[in-house]
Amino acid sequence: MSLLRVDDVYKAYGDLLVLKGVSFQMEKGDIKVIIGPSGTGKSTLLRCLNGLTSPDKGKIWIDGIEVTDPKTNINKIRPDIGFVFQNFNLFAHLTALDNVCIGLVKVKGMKKSEARVLAMEELRRVGLGEKAGAYPAEMSGGQQQRVSIARALAMNPKLILFDEPTSALDPELIGEVLKVMIDLAKGGMTMLVVSHEIGFCRAVADEILFLDEGKIIEKGHPSDLLVNPSYQRTKEFLNKIIKLYGEERDKA
Amino acid sequence: MIYQTLLKEFPYLLKGVLVALELLIAFMSLGFVIGIVLSVTEVYGNRWSSMLAVMIERFFRGVPAVVLLFLFYYGLSDIYNVSSFTAATLALGFRTAAYQSQIFKGAIQAVGSGQMEAARAIGMSKFQAIWSIIFPQALRFGIGPWSNEFASELKDTSLAYTIGVVELLRRAKYIVSYTYGNALIVYGFCAILYLILVRSGNTILYRIESKLQMPGFETRRERG
Amino acid sequence: MTGFFEFARIYLPTLVEGTIVTLEMWAWCMLGGTILGLLLGLCRVYGNKPIFVLSSGYIELFRGTPMLAQILFVYFGLPEIGVLLTPVVAASIALGMNTAAYQAEYFRGAIQSIETGQVEAARSLGMTQIQAISNIVLPQALRRVIPQWSNEPILLLKYSSIAFVIGVPELMARAQMIGYSTFRFFDAFLLAALIYLILTNILAQCLHTLEKRVSVLPKSK
Repeated sequence: MSLLRVDDVYKAYGDLLVLKGVSFQMEKGDIKVIIGPSGTGKSTLLRCLNGLTSPDKGKIWIDGIEVTDPKTNINKIRPDIGFVFQNFNLFAHLTALDNVCIGLVKVKGMKKSEARVLAMEELRRVGLGEKAGAYPAEMSGGQQQRVSIARALAMNPKLILFDEPTSALDPELIGEVLKVMIDLAKGGMTMLVVSHEIGFCRAVADEILFLDEGKIIEKGHPSDLLVNPSYQRTKEFLNKIIKLYGEERDKA
Repeated sequence: MIYQTLLKEFPYLLKGVLVALELLIAFMSLGFVIGIVLSVTEVYGNRWSSMLAVMIERFFRGVPAVVLLFLFYYGLSDIYNVSSFTAATLALGFRTAAYQSQIFKGAIQAVGSGQMEAARAIGMSKFQAIWSIIFPQALRFGIGPWSNEFASELKDTSLAYTIGVVELLRRAKYIVSYTYGNALIVYGFCAILYLILVRSGNTILYRIESKLQMPGFETRRERG
Repeated sequence: MTGFFEFARIYLPTLVEGTIVTLEMWAWCMLGGTILGLLLGLCRVYGNKPIFVLSSGYIELFRGTPMLAQILFVYFGLPEIGVLLTPVVAASIALGMNTAAYQAEYFRGAIQSIETGQVEAARSLGMTQIQAISNIVLPQALRRVIPQWSNEPILLLKYSSIAFVIGVPELMARAQMIGYSTFRFFDAFLLAALIYLILTNILAQCLHTLEKRVSVLPKSK
């Protein structure tokens, strides 16, 4: 039984059909990256996976439980799915430590003291132990995003979804976040990432999915897809990103 | 039976609405003029005049409307025999002047000191600068809050009831007293009339606001 | 003919008695009004269609009609459907319901100003909507609302003076009574005015301090 299974998902916003029959699967330990032009539904797809949005048609299963089933209690599945947002979405009124703790205390019912210990571990893991008492407004974008990753990790998820985690960051801050993500990947976490960071793909991705106009046009291992894409559109898109974002950053 | 009475007395109540509107226009205009004077004095005046303006404004904003109404009514009666209407106009006029001066002050300050500096730099006098540069821009900033104040004062015309002005609410009271047992319906009907007035007033002001919009000066009004 | 200060000395105690009634009424109205206002604000943001419509209607009704009309309606109108109230209670109910309507709008604005992304993040962790609202939205919204909201307590204090119309023995009513018995209306009301001034200034100062204390928290970029 696969960890994640997406089956023929359709989603429209008003008249605009954003997802037109997307299907794929993920096993434990897989690292997959979704790339594609803006507005093609990559974020929408990710948000369907943890129930923030519901697809119009199609089904999604996480570890055997159907997310798209209205009878499923979504709050029970969400702790197992980590979600990292493009805009971090840290809780502005809480310190970094409390941001990481709150899920443990309120959702998992952990005691505050226990939660703090675990939270500190996660913060240290992303390299922000000294920032435990800082508020989001006092941290850089890169630091905030790392805290948000720690927040997701603290819940001990089965997989983590990343929605363009570095797109809102200043260029010099992207590296620190990618490093954390690569370490996670090497540590065996199952990750589904929407991004245009080709360097990350090259370093750890098992498969790249190219999503264009609501469909997965092509998928393949980075060493195949990046070097020799089968489809013209894939080729054009890859050329565009490399031109826009320069050669990929090496983060081994 | 009460509905027939209401129907019969409708013109009477409507006259009350007219009285209220008359009062509103009278004291809002008074307040507008005094408010502008107060705000300009507070922002551009010397230390003493601006302090005086602040004290006046604090007084009329810190004392409840009904107290002011009675103060003016009894205070003026000692000197000259004033009608309730006049006393109400003056009392509510000064009160709204205090509120409006705050709105205007905010609007003037929103324009930014740079504008004044630029105006003086090309040789305009303080007065010219205020008139041609500050005012037109401040006007746009002020419209939103001013409309809110207008709607608020429209409802406060009912307070003139307390010193005997025979506006809508007092007329309703008369009807209630001679048709025993229908307070609910009569006051309810009154409330509906006010609702219509306030709604219409807001709509009109909103239209005016939209007409006066300038790019870059969008006013953000909270609509209930 | 006694001077103003002599007059004040004699009648101040009566006015202070009235002030106590005013403050009591004010306190109850603020308590009830704030709770109701917060509930209404939440209804307007998170409620389903019928709840939204009902709360919007309530707010529109109480913000679109004069406070005086509301008090008269509650005190004179409700007995006709069997609800008999003392003047103080009637005034408190009317004033409380009125302030709730205005506060609802302030709360709504503050709640909506909290970025939805934070709610999404909370939900993504597995929190229920209620958990997200109480742990993430409200702590921030209640802080943000203070500057605008602090107008309400002061306004309510001033409008409480209307209660004299239905016979509540508060500050304004006492001033009027003194006026009737001494025929020195102006002096009596001037004294009352000064008391109101003192009260509103103290209140404004307290709220200002509250605002300062609360905005220590840095806001997210």
